[in-house]
Amino acid sequence: MKSAVIVFPGSNCDRDAAMAIEKVTGTAPTMVWHQETALPDGTEFVMLPGGFSYGDYLRCGAMAGVSHIIPAVKAHAEDGKPLLGVCNGFQVLIETGLLPGALMRNASLHFVCEKSPLTIENGNTQFTSRYGSTRDVIIPVAHHDGNYFADDETLDRIESEGQVVFRYARNPNGSARDIAGIINEGGNVMGMMPHPERAIDADHGGTDGLAVFESILGSA
Amino acid sequence: MKARIHVYLKPGVLDPQGAAVAGALKNLGFDEVENARQGKLIELDLSGDDADAAKTRVEDMCKKLLANPVIENFTVEMD
Repeated sequence: MKSAVIVFPGSNCDRDAAMAIEKVTGTAPTMVWHQETALPDGTEFVMLPGGFSYGDYLRCGAMAGVSHIIPAVKAHAEDGKPLLGVCNGFQVLIETGLLPGALMRNASLHFVCEKSPLTIENGNTQFTSRYGSTRDVIIPVAHHDGNYFADDETLDRIESEGQVVFRYARNPNGSARDIAGIINEGGNVMGMMPHPERAIDADHGGTDGLAVFESILGSA
Repeated sequence: MKARIHVYLKPGVLDPQGAAVAGALKNLGFDEVENARQGKLIELDLSGDDADAAKTRVEDMCKKLLANPVIENFTVEMD
């Protein structure tokens, strides 16, 4: 599968994302600079990586959400092709309106950086199918603004539609209903605060994130 | 022309930074502080001289970038 990782000024997990994709597909993704206006021909999967795009100015992800490449990313999503945003990438997806809600400053006001136990709430998505019957995983979090917020009506709707994909077992940031990751109605756009690309190698502390990439990229 | 934009959290949206500010003021002995909410002030210098038209444009800027309508309200003052 042909993949692309979008690189913004201040992205810092873009190479980790590329490593994870290459580990599963055997092929390095194309790194696409944010000032491009088109994705490479034939791109089937796009990832928005973690980091601190534009120094988190204004709101996390706000500037990246209006950068030149975003219309092409939106068109990719509107075509029903898979799009994954991790951490800052999740914040960008929220800011572009591709996912509902908002990500606010952590309730503790502290940056959190830890291995986070999660529950897979929906194992029937194209991002989680390879988890099989596994429901409890540990994936690292590292963020200052991961406190998921939405009004009760939106929360009830995404819960009832199976759009809550990951939930914290030990809420690190005050997120509403312990939400760690959500998917859009179409099932092709997922955002999550935990970093699956940092959990793909046993020598680096665990492999619980690998199945996210295996699920989307369809190998192993 | 200048536009002064206040962006602030909607009522009911938890503001941990405001709560921390209120706590710090109390620690300094300002016991009368019951609550604090923290927002942003953005000033824009604008070309043109039609304040009404400019204000409409600024409100569009707020909706498209400067405020997040899910959690924030905004007000615009023109000078």
